[in-house]
Amino acid sequence: MNVAIPFSAQLINLFASVILLLGFAMLAQRRVLQLINLFALQGLTLCLSTVVAAVTTGQSHLYWSAALTLVLKAILLPWILHRLVRRLQVKGEVESLINIPTTMLVGIGLVIIAFNVALPISQLSHTITRGTLGIALATVMLAFLMMITRQKAITQVVGFLAMENGLFLAATSATYGMPMVVELGIALDVLVGVIILGVFFFQIRDQFDSLDIRHMERLKDS
Amino acid sequence: MISVSGLLGQTFAILLALLLAPLLSGWVGQCRAWLQSRSAPPLLLPYYMLHKLFHKDVVLANGASSLFRAAPFVIFGCMVLACAIIPSLSTDLPLAPAADALALVGVFGLARIFISLAAMDVGTSFGSLGGRREMLVGFLAEPALLMVIFTLALTAQSTSVATIVETMARRDFVIYPSLAFAGIAFTFVSLAENARVPVDNPATHLELTMIHEAMILEYSGRHLALIEWAASLKMYAYSCLGLALFFPWGIAAGDSFAALVAAIPLLLFKLAIGGFLLAVIETINAKMRIFRAPEFLGTAFLLAVLGLLVRLLLESRV
Repeated sequence: MNVAIPFSAQLINLFASVILLLGFAMLAQRRVLQLINLFALQGLTLCLSTVVAAVTTGQSHLYWSAALTLVLKAILLPWILHRLVRRLQVKGEVESLINIPTTMLVGIGLVIIAFNVALPISQLSHTITRGTLGIALATVMLAFLMMITRQKAITQVVGFLAMENGLFLAATSATYGMPMVVELGIALDVLVGVIILGVFFFQIRDQFDSLDIRHMERLKDS
Repeated sequence: MISVSGLLGQTFAILLALLLAPLLSGWVGQCRAWLQSRSAPPLLLPYYMLHKLFHKDVVLANGASSLFRAAPFVIFGCMVLACAIIPSLSTDLPLAPAADALALVGVFGLARIFISLAAMDVGTSFGSLGGRREMLVGFLAEPALLMVIFTLALTAQSTSVATIVETMARRDFVIYPSLAFAGIAFTFVSLAENARVPVDNPATHLELTMIHEAMILEYSGRHLALIEWAASLKMYAYSCLGLALFFPWGIAAGDSFAALVAAIPLLLFKLAIGGFLLAVIETINAKMRIFRAPEFLGTAFLLAVLGLLVRLLLESRV
């Protein structure tokens, strides 16, 4: 007993747990604007954990990743989404296909699976952040679950972005981040993706007077 | 092997619990009044209430069985036992082997069953309504509380409350995310179990929303006094358990009398802070609809399970 965990690893574990908790909070959140705020908070926590990893390991490119995360995921994307919600006049409540307590229970099951899957993998890694790999995987799966259970197009996009958060956390925890070029590319992809999806939202609403994606099932019938 | 100082500490802890519990209720009431800018009731109000109730005659409903009369004593006994097991001042308690943390949950459960049965015994509609609601809240709160205890028991490798508290007090300062999850879940459970604001309002007799008050409507005189006293003892027990598990500093570890005495002012200080925080929580939250209570307690269960899982994943190397 008592093999001391270094303080920085404690901090990273703490931030990773907060990210997981925010993943669950997003799953349970009923209001669109609150959901976007939670997403911004998740981005901020991700940025902080990356900064701690950067300070500990002295890998300078992690600072760039952290800055990119802060600007993109904590400020720019939430701002764009807020604007979209206001322009589209989305009503406050999000409808989900299964009720929220059931979703949470399914979420716990996913977390157990993710932790079990990640445990042997993280034994192979030698980074100080390897313990958080399971949490990263769980975050990805929770975001998947959110995309599956929600009906509105906007919530699905938030789920997609949260999934990217989870992937980023996985990359940082397993290998101290991806090469700079890859990261820049992904960031640009996400940004452009959200902008294009924003345009899609307007098209969907013009066509169906609603952002409910169930309306799109009718497309194949006709 | 029971030492004299252990016996002394045990007796002292029980007496202190009996004396302090109404004071804690009074303090929370006073803080709530301040925060809501009402004029505060006297700090000793619960004592006046108990005094008044003990001097009144008991009025029994027609058809009340012996269970109805016995229930207040059982409930009071359960709460005294709970206060005796929880290490509020020292961990050297001769009664501690009587029940570990899991049995402690059972003791609370026993009290809950008796108060619900007694509420249904007379046959009024309010009584059975309150009893059923109490069981709903209880069956959702209990697994969450058990999960919190499992998380801590994994760290201490024991389910004895005294051992858990000793382990917690002696370890170095390390940030444990699992403990934070468990702490939040424990707060949720305590709020629900003690009929505090987000789940139930202790200060109302509004028929549609009440849980605890609906069950004790038929009680009067010394029976009511015992139930009120037991309710404040329950709050005291939960506060002490929370403080002992998550802020265990200053609890006397061995059988030294000086450490026991030194633990008292610290306990009072921690209880005062805890009571004030409880009043803050009650002021900034609105009471939930009764059908939202399962969601609230589901969140508590979720947090507790997450704590357990995170503990297994991140801290298993420790």
